[in-house]
Formats: sequence, structure tokens, C-alpha cells
Amino acid sequence: MIMSAALSLVLLAVVLALASSAASLFAARTPTVIRLLAMPLFCLAGMAALAGGLSALLNGDAITATLPLGLPWLPWRVQLDALSGFFLAIIGVVSFAVGIYGPAYVRGFEKGRDSLVALGGFSGLFLAGMMTVVLAADAFLFMVAWEVMSLSSYFLVAFQHDNAANRRAAFLYLLMAHVGGLAILLGYGVLASFGDGFAFDAMRAATLSPAWASVAFALAFLGFGMKAGLVPLHAWLPEAHPVAPSHISALMSGVMLKVAVYGFIRFVFDLVGELQWQWGVAVLAIGCISALFGVLAALMQRDLKRLLAYSSVENLGIIFIGLGLALLFLSTGHSLPGVLAFIAALYHALNHALFKGLLFLGAGAILHSSHERDLEQMGGLLRRMPWTGFLFLVGCISIAALPPFNGFVSEWLTFQSALRAWQFDSGVLRSLVPIASAVLALTGALVAATFVKVYGVAFLGQARSRHVRHARAVPFGMRAGQAVLAALCLLMGVIPTGVIGALNAIPEQLLHSGLPQAVSHNWLSVNLAASNSASYSAPLVAVLLALIVAAVVWVLHRGPVRRVRRCDAWDCGFAPPGNRMQYTATAFAQPIRRVFAHLFLVDEAVVPRNDGGQRYQLTIGDRTWGIFYLPVARWVEAASRRVVRLQSGNVRLYLGWTLLTLLVLLWIIS
Amino acid sequence: MSLVSLPLLQQFLLVLAALVLFTSFVLLSQARLVSAIHAFAWQGGLVAAVTGVVAVAGSSGHLYFSALLTLVLKAALIPWMLHRLIRRLELERHVESLRWPAIVNMVAVILVIFSYWLVLPMVQQELAFTRNIVAISLAVVLIGLWMMVVRQQAVAQVLGFMSMENGLFLAAVSATAGMPLVVELGVAFDVLVAMVLFGVFFFQIRQSIDSLDVDRLNRLTETVDEEADLEFSAAPRRPHTVTARPAAVEEAE
Amino acid sequence: MDHLLNAAAPVAAVLQAMLYAAAAPLLVGWIRKVKARLQNRRGPSVLQPYRDLRKLLAKEVRVAHTASPLFRAAPYIVFAATWLAAATVPLLAVNLPTAALADIIVLVGLLALARFFLALAGMDVGTAFGGMGASREMLVSALAEPAMLMAVFTLAMTAHSTNLAGVIDFQLSNEFALRPSFMFALGGLVLVALAETGRIPVDNPATHLELTMIHEAMLLEYSGRHLALMEWAAQIKLLLYGTLIANVFFPWGIAQSFAAGALGMGIAAVAAKLLLLGAALAIGETVLAKMRLFRAPAFLNLALLLALLGLLSHVILEVGA
Repeated sequence: MIMSAALSLVLLAVVLALASSAASLFAARTPTVIRLLAMPLFCLAGMAALAGGLSALLNGDAITATLPLGLPWLPWRVQLDALSGFFLAIIGVVSFAVGIYGPAYVRGFEKGRDSLVALGGFSGLFLAGMMTVVLAADAFLFMVAWEVMSLSSYFLVAFQHDNAANRRAAFLYLLMAHVGGLAILLGYGVLASFGDGFAFDAMRAATLSPAWASVAFALAFLGFGMKAGLVPLHAWLPEAHPVAPSHISALMSGVMLKVAVYGFIRFVFDLVGELQWQWGVAVLAIGCISALFGVLAALMQRDLKRLLAYSSVENLGIIFIGLGLALLFLSTGHSLPGVLAFIAALYHALNHALFKGLLFLGAGAILHSSHERDLEQMGGLLRRMPWTGFLFLVGCISIAALPPFNGFVSEWLTFQSALRAWQFDSGVLRSLVPIASAVLALTGALVAATFVKVYGVAFLGQARSRHVRHARAVPFGMRAGQAVLAALCLLMGVIPTGVIGALNAIPEQLLHSGLPQAVSHNWLSVNLAASNSASYSAPLVAVLLALIVAAVVWVLHRGPVRRVRRCDAWDCGFAPPGNRMQYTATAFAQPIRRVFAHLFLVDEAVVPRNDGGQRYQLTIGDRTWGIFYLPVARWVEAASRRVVRLQSGNVRLYLGWTLLTLLVLLWIIS
Repeated sequence: MSLVSLPLLQQFLLVLAALVLFTSFVLLSQARLVSAIHAFAWQGGLVAAVTGVVAVAGSSGHLYFSALLTLVLKAALIPWMLHRLIRRLELERHVESLRWPAIVNMVAVILVIFSYWLVLPMVQQELAFTRNIVAISLAVVLIGLWMMVVRQQAVAQVLGFMSMENGLFLAAVSATAGMPLVVELGVAFDVLVAMVLFGVFFFQIRQSIDSLDVDRLNRLTETVDEEADLEFSAAPRRPHTVTARPAAVEEAE
Repeated sequence: MDHLLNAAAPVAAVLQAMLYAAAAPLLVGWIRKVKARLQNRRGPSVLQPYRDLRKLLAKEVRVAHTASPLFRAAPYIVFAATWLAAATVPLLAVNLPTAALADIIVLVGLLALARFFLALAGMDVGTAFGGMGASREMLVSALAEPAMLMAVFTLAMTAHSTNLAGVIDFQLSNEFALRPSFMFALGGLVLVALAETGRIPVDNPATHLELTMIHEAMLLEYSGRHLALMEWAAQIKLLLYGTLIANVFFPWGIAQSFAAGALGMGIAAVAAKLLLLGAALAIGETVLAKMRLFRAPAFLNLALLLALLGLLSHVILEVGA
């Protein structure tokens, strides 16, 4: 009975999300309905999804049901197994936090010109769409829910559509979402043509030839990779995520990208069947490139939300590194390291949802109180917004993969699985996998640099502009939403064995092999294989760190001198340091920019100003635009120009085309 | 085959082979010409040491002589000749840095992995450890050729060529315990003659295009018609197109 | 006997941790002494760093007006993370419980945590020096990290373990073998250690010129007990890297049981190795000059190349089939 309770909880969550959307229809008349009714319903939907997903994950059985909706010969099927349960839990927890955060944030839009009906209505639809994608058990429902998810997020991205740049960003997002969706549909089409029907069960049972399996894999990787923001198909991410309202950006970055990861895992690990090692190499390579490129681009940004968007590209790269390693190990027959890599990827998906959601909510708080997104205007916010500052620090430490928070655990697991490369038979793979992990190490160090820059420039130092100097702390609701995610970041970092044990159900179901009991059931430390081989005792490390800090503080404060006196900062005897003498965000990143300059289109110029002074201009462009997007755009344009010749305007010619098509169709039917 | 089961001498041989690979990487990206020559001298010395160790292990007489010959030639004579050449060409302080050192080194690493992969299916009856040294020597040859591709200075090209020869010698010594003495003497003599010719050739090039940058050698095609002018006009700094030359000095064809 | 051993292990672990904190200033004093002798000076006594720390602990703390609570909290976090990281590196004995606490990757993570807070503390007061130090430190550490992890992987691929105790056990239990991969990994790790601990040729620990500072620039605003903690943490980090190089690559002499004799032998062995390493570092610092900042990437690329060659030698030369 518990099983169907989980499914009913999840379906309740979908219904609540739709109700939240419906409730927002009244927002035109009474704007407060958004924060009084729609957002709390949103929060409840998140709670229900979390509860249902967790119970499905922990119980580990697969439940299927058929909904009385859809086409007569193609009813919609839903299934709730451990994988869906896990991703539903991710969706649920972030939506829960966003639901708590939302009312106070949305209040800022009540007096504005943008339509609140659109905001509330499409948020609910977006959540419902995402949950249904994860639940879908046949390709038809999957694609319908995918479209609902993409379209509603398009409207949310275009929320503040007065600005032309926002409209352009939204259009780019819509275009790429649909190209990706088309690729996914074609992939399902390949699978469906070999099986009998669109249901996932039929696709699982089908057997494909290796060539067709690779075609299906390539289409799925293209489609889901585009949605996940892998290089070179990432261009929409840094345009679309910053312009959406911040709680929606948290949802998009934290949750929607994970739904793309879910789709990829479901397609490749569950439906396609026999895995091939070439796929693993491709996924690993693209993951490495995305991770490195994403973090370098993030380091160069001065817009906080754009920086966080590029950082999402990087983290998705890390998740796909884990998935690529899993593919490599599983396809060459080493199931234990493959399962380890798979669990590392899933853990990182959870962690990214938590800390990226937290960071975007923090960026929203900064935007709410100082109306500023540009890092070069911020500074000293820690003393004006202490709680937001503290919680944002937790987010920065987590994303920089530092112990004892959660980001470190998933990086540790990814490194450990890469280290099992000595088990490969092929010497080439044994050399390439460690090189990939060196790229991962470089990425990790650059992420730490990026978030030192973000936190140091935004929260520390002195304020660089007047409105930031007058920023005030945000309302309690916004702080509570962030606090929930921050507490979970710490929790996921300190009890990794519990999480790994829970995650173990997923590979057991999908791949029919899991990590042995010894790994997951020792609560104190994660030990892989023998205890002398690789271990990390997260709770002990956290406790010892706290103990040492407490002990040192106690010892030193018993000394004779306890007082702290305030004075001016060191100024070499010249004038006191003003706020313009601090390092700016661009200055902080300059050494690294200089080392990696050839990866970007860096355009630096010193131009004279009208008043005789000089201005330093720096533009950093994305090379993939020139290498990939512009040629594609030019090709499409050239092809369309040729097709346009069909539209000659002559009525008789059109009738002639109609006759020709009719003849061809009649001939085919006969 | 496990490393610990090999006798110490053969483990030492592996260490020496790894160091040869390291010197070829150093040669690849070393910016200063004088340091590059020193790296080449070290490479020659290490190859001589490998020959010596193989001689001790196999106790075949002519390998001692071959080791001595390599040491004298590769580690002493040829570096000395190159040094002298550089001093006469006034290139002692010449520094030429690669444009994209990271990419150059990455390609070199890929060449190493590729040569390992190539050598894998070699005959199984060979001792595995000699097969591995053959992989290293193939890598040294390929990296020498890659060095000739990426470096623009003519002297650096000579070093690349010489290090290719080092790699081939290393392969011969480790895989087949040396070539017959006559062949080795012939090869050594050829290398010496090549060095002398390089020296003479470089002066000619520099006189004709006033630079030792190999990329400028492609301008020689345009100066073919104007060879007769070399005595009358100053050595052309840049190639002139026919239309751009002053009419007074023009030699119509 | 078993329960005695079980009780002896945590005691030995705590002893080792205390020894780390106590011996770190001594190593720094020794290095300074050797350097002074090489420069024809008598130099300060080997115990001078202890006197410096005691002096700083007794002084009053002055904090800038613009500093935030993070400025005051950072020294404690930096010290705790560095000390905990050091405590996991086997100094005297191999089978301590602290070795099972964290493997090499966790060690790197803890040092990264310390560096994160150090850099934030540098940016906290809002002066140009701190920002400069933080920016340069993040550049050097970003480029050093792949080299370090590649060296670690080379060790782990041979020993099939990332626990330091596992690698040491592997070396001690197998017969002596000349491994080119370990040699190259050692070379790479030495270069990384020079960069991470802020020694010449990457950073000058004794400089007073702001333009040449990396580590000192981040500490510029600290005083009193805060400065004592930061300096002590830097000294512990140096001892950590020295022990890592000495005990992982040349582990002979380390205690494999908790008998008093074995522990004494362990102390003597590691002390001898560290004295040698300190002298070598002092000679290196005297002979080399500090590089300009934008030559540091070339230096660290050399470290990465060495580590990569170590990995390739392992795959090609040592594993065979």
C-alpha cells in the first residue's frame, strides 16, 4: 500500500502545481493572491513531490499506472521507480525552498507593469511540466510534458519583455529548446520503430543494431545535451537564466537542467540497451570541455546572474563527466567502478540543485534590496545583509567543492571512480581517463577562484556605489528559503553514506548491480573496497574542524589580551583607501584571463573620453558563436533563400505544386 | 610482467628511457637555443648510457664501442659544432618561444599515447619491457618530427632531426641489441656529414634571405628570377613583386 | 594486548598532531639558519620562530574599520583546516586512525578550504594589497592543482589506493624497485610544493615589497593572535608538504607498530629526512631567483608535464601488457 501512496502523493503534487497556476488567474484583479495563495500552493506541491519521491527512492520498487488521458489508442502511462523518485525529490526540495522564498520576492513585482497572471500561471505550469516529464512512461506523455516545460519557461524568461535584450534571449531559448526537442523526438522515433509502440516498456524490450543504437544515442545526446547546456550548445543558458526572475532562475538552473539529465539517463541507461564504449568517450570529452569552458567563462563575467549561469554549464559538465565514466566502465564490463561513477553523477546532480538554487536565491535577494546585478557596483554587503551573506557563503563553499559541505563529496566520488582507471584493459583509456580527471581538478580550482571573486567583490570590502551602500536586509521569507537549502547543503555533506545508500537503489534497478553493502552501511566513513584504499569520514572531519576551532578560540581567549581595537586600514602613509582603490571583479580575474586568453575573444582598448580622460574597455566574447552558431545561421539563411524561390507569387505555379504533390501521394499509397 | 620481478639493471634501463622522453619534451618547448643544445647533449648522453647498460646486461662487445661512439658524437662533438655554428651566426642570445605551448605539449602527449597504442600488437615473444622501450623510442621520433613542424628557427629544426635519429638509435639498441657495427659506423658518419652540410647551408640561407626563420624559405620562390640581381643590389630585405621594384634595377625576363 | 593497541592508536594520533604543530616552527627556523649560513651570515637561532609566535600571541589585535566578522573568523578556520590536513599525513607511524580519516584528495580539499578563507580574508578589508594577493594566489593554486592531482593519480594507479597509509604500505611491503613514474611524480610534487607553500621561485616569504608578495599580501592587515595563527598555519603547511615528500616517496624508517622503539625510530628517521629536505630547500632558494608572476604558469606547466610523464611511464613502461 505504501507504493501507491507514493504515486498518489506525486500525482497530488502535480495537481497542486496546476492549482497554483489556476489560482494565479485571479491575480489581475487581486495581486496579493500570488503571494497568499499561489506561492503556498507551489510550496505544498514541492513538499508532496519531495515526500513521494523520497518514499519511492527508499522503497525501491517500480510502480506503473495508466492515466485516463491522452489519445484513445495511446493512453498516458506513468511510472514511479527509484530514478524518477530521486529526481522528483530534487524537484520537490528546490520548489519547496522557492515556495517559501517566493511570496516576499514576488511582492516586488506587484506594483510593476509586468503581468502577475503570467508569472504565477506559468510558474505552476512549469513545475507541473517538469514533474510529469520525470513521471512519464511513454514517449508521447514525455514529449507533451517536455513541451509544456519549455513553453512555460519561455514565457517566464520573457516576463520582463519591455527590454529588447530580454526578448532576444527568450527567442534564442525558445529556438534552441525546440531544436533540442526535435532531436529527442527523433531519438524516441528510432527506438519506437524497433520496438512496437511508444511505451517505454516496449522500447526497453526492443533490440537495436549497434549502428542504430549509436544513431539513437547521438540524437538523445544532442537533444538532452542542448537542454542541459553542454558546450557547444550552451549559448542560450547565459542569455536566458539571468533575465528570468530570480526564483525562476533558481528553478531553471537548479531543476530544469536536472530534468534534462534525467531524460538522458532514462534514454541511454534504461531504454537503449547495450552500451558502447565510444559513447563514453564522447560524453567524457564533451563533459570535460563544458566544465573547463564554463568555469573560465564564469570567471570573466561581471554580471552576477550570468556568472551563475555559466557556472551551471560547468557543473553540468561535471555531471556528464561522471556519466561518461560510468558508460566507459559499464560498457567494458567493470560494473563496480561504473556504478560508483553513476552514483557520483547523481549525487552531483542533487548537490548542484541545492547549491545553485541557493546561490540564485541569494542573487535575487541582492537584486531585491539593491537593484543591482553588476558585481562592479557591489561591495560590503555582508555587513548590510548579514544572513543573506552567511547563507551565500555556504553556497560558495559548497560549489567550490570544499569539505565538509556537499560539493566536495560528489567531486571526491568522481575522482575516486576516475582513479579506478587502472582496471581498464586498454592502455589508451588508462592514460586518457587520468588526463580527464586532471581537467576536472583544474576546473575545481578555477571554481574556487570564481567564487572567491564573487563573494569577495560582492559581500566583502567596501561598497562601490551609493545604492549598494544603502541596501537593507531582505524579509524573513527570503532568508528562510535560502536557509533551508543551506542546511541541506551541510547535511548532504556530512552524511554521505546515508545518501549513497539511498542512491544505491537506482543502479540496482537500472543496471542490476549496486555498490556492495560494505560501502554504504558504515555510517562513519565512506570506504571504497578495503578500508586502507580510499576513505573519507565526513562527519568526523566536520566535527574535528569545529572542535579545533572551538579549542583554539577558547585557549587564545583566556590569554591576557582579549580586546580588539578598531583602526584604519594600512594605507602606506597616504590617504585612506577609498572604495575605488579596491580590486574590482575584472581586476581579480585578470591574471587568469591573461593565462587563458586565447580561449576567448578578448577585446581590450583604452579609448579617450570627451572630457580628456581615458576609459578602459574590455569585452569578452564567446568563441563558439563564431565557430559554431554563425556558420549554422548562415547555412540556414542560405538554404531558406533557396527555398523562398518556391514562393514566386504565381497562382498557377502554386496549383501546379499542389497537383504534383497529389500525384506523388496517390502513387505512394497505391 | 611486473616491475618488481625485473632485475635491477633492467629497471634502471626503464628509468633511462623515461628520462630520454623527458629530454625530448624539454627540447620541444625550450625557448633558448643554447639550452636546447644542452638538452640535446643530455639526450645523447642518456642514449649512450642506455647502450652501455644493454652492453653490460647482454655483454656483447661491440655495444661498448657503440656506446662510446654515441657519447663522443652525440653528447660532445655535435653539440660543440652546433655551439660553434651559433656563435658564428650570432644567435647566442636568440630566444624563440612557441605561440601556443600548451597545445604543442598536448599534441606531444597524444603522440606518446599514439605510439604506445601502435606498438601494442607487437610480437608477444619479445620481452614486454623491450617492447615498451620501443614505444618510447617511436614517441621520441614522432616528437622530433613534431618539433620540426612547430619550430621556426633553422637550428631548432636541426635539433629536431637529430633527436629523431636518437630515437631510432634507441629503438635499435633496445629491440635488437644494436645493429651490426658497420651499419652503426655508417650511420654515425652520415650524421656527421649532415652536420657539416647544415653548417654550410645555414650561412647560404642567411646570406640570401637575411634570416634563419624557415617560414621565410618560401620567399625563395620569388627571388629565383632576381638571382642575378644579388650582386648588384643589396640583399633583398623583403621580396618585391615585379611591379613594385624600381624600374632602374628591373631585369625584364 | 589488543585493547592496549587500540588505546595506543588514538593517543599516538593526537601525539602526532601535537608534534606537527610543535615542530613546524622548528623546520622554518632550520631553513632560515641554513639560508643565513649560505649567505655568510650567522642568522637567527633555530628557535626564533617560537619566540616570534609567542610575541604575537601576547600582542593586541587591531582590526580595520571596514573589516567584517569573516576577517576575525578566518584565522581560526585556516589554522584548523591546515592542522587537520597535516594530522592525516603519516609522520611517525603508518597505521594511525587519522590516516583512515582522509585520503590524499580530502587532504587537497582541506588545504583548498584554508586557501579559500585566506583569500577571502585578503579581500575583506577593501584595500588593493589584499585583492592583489588573493588574485595571484588563486592563479597559482588553480594551475598547481592539476599537477598535484596528476602526481597523486600516478601514485594511486600503482598502489591502487589513495590513502597515504596505503601508498606507504605498498612501498614498504614490495621490494625496492626503480619506478620512473614515482621519480617523475616526485619531481612534479616538489615543484607544486614550492608553489603552494609560497617559496622562491614562486613567491618570496621574506619580502616587504607589495608588488612581489602573494601570501604576505593577504596577511597584511592581520596583527596579534590572528597573525600568529596565520603564520603558524603557513609553517604547518610547509611541514605537511615536506613530510608528504619525505614519507611517501622514501618511507623507510617509519614506524609500522606502536612500540616505543619503533616510534622513536620513526621520529629519528623523519627528522633526518626533513633536515635534509630543509637544507635542500634553503640551497634552492639561495640559488634561484623569484620569477615574475606571469612566468609562474610556465613553472607549473613543467610540474604538470612531469606528472603527466610519470603517468605515461607508468602506463607504458611499468604495466606492460
